[in-house]
Amino acid sequence: MKKKRWYDYLWLWAILYFTLGFFNILFAWLGMIDFLLPLALAIFGGNKFFCNHLCGRGQLFNKLGGDLKCSRNKPTPRWLASRWFRLAFLVFFLTMFGNMVFQTYLVGSGASSLREFVTLFWTFQVPWGWTYAAGTVPDWVAQYSFGFYSIMLTSLLLGLIVMALFKPRTWCAFCPMGTMTQEICKLKNKKQ
Amino acid sequence: MASKRVAAVDRSRCASCGACENVCPRSAIKVKGGCYAVVDEEQCVGCGKCANICPAGSIEIKERAKA
Repeated sequence: MKKKRWYDYLWLWAILYFTLGFFNILFAWLGMIDFLLPLALAIFGGNKFFCNHLCGRGQLFNKLGGDLKCSRNKPTPRWLASRWFRLAFLVFFLTMFGNMVFQTYLVGSGASSLREFVTLFWTFQVPWGWTYAAGTVPDWVAQYSFGFYSIMLTSLLLGLIVMALFKPRTWCAFCPMGTMTQEICKLKNKKQ
Repeated sequence: MASKRVAAVDRSRCASCGACENVCPRSAIKVKGGCYAVVDEEQCVGCGKCANICPAGSIEIKERAKA
């Protein structure tokens, strides 16, 4: 057995993050760590230490799909892990992220009002108002929370679906953060 | 004595997620510089754990080339 390190338990963080979002949506901001840390490690460290050891979501998929056998453990379809699909999914994801930031801007500028919904799969609006008491923070801060949590929850659900269908960590094969950090690492290592 | 079989990574498909690295019982496979996984053929015994866990299907267990 390999010696366990503190970061082998970060799957607990993944569970905690999604639980907190059911109580207070403002906790969604903590997800920015999972966004900025892998980018920082890739840009400054030229590595994927985040994906490899720190990603709580990857560990959670491994636990559920591997240890708890909630995965069929069938090969991921070739196209799902192909380069063009990974890049296309990254572009799609960034577009949706940009749209979410734009919605936040609209609320911040007063052009539209705060909408207390979590949008699943970029389509289904789920009322999520119980997690936020109006006026606690500026509207745009709350709007960003709902938007960011929507992205996190949608990608978690997608990840769980592909985990069940294919390999535990099939999500990692086309995770936009993974694709982005890998491309950064490739660029960095080419220069050296 | 080297094992008969050894893991081989298709670098163009590897997502460098590190699933292989975490499952390898001999620390024979590592993600290099965030680009792709690299097999230490001296250490690899061709057990196939990495090929089984790889979400991108980028690892194959092959017959070791005769030296």
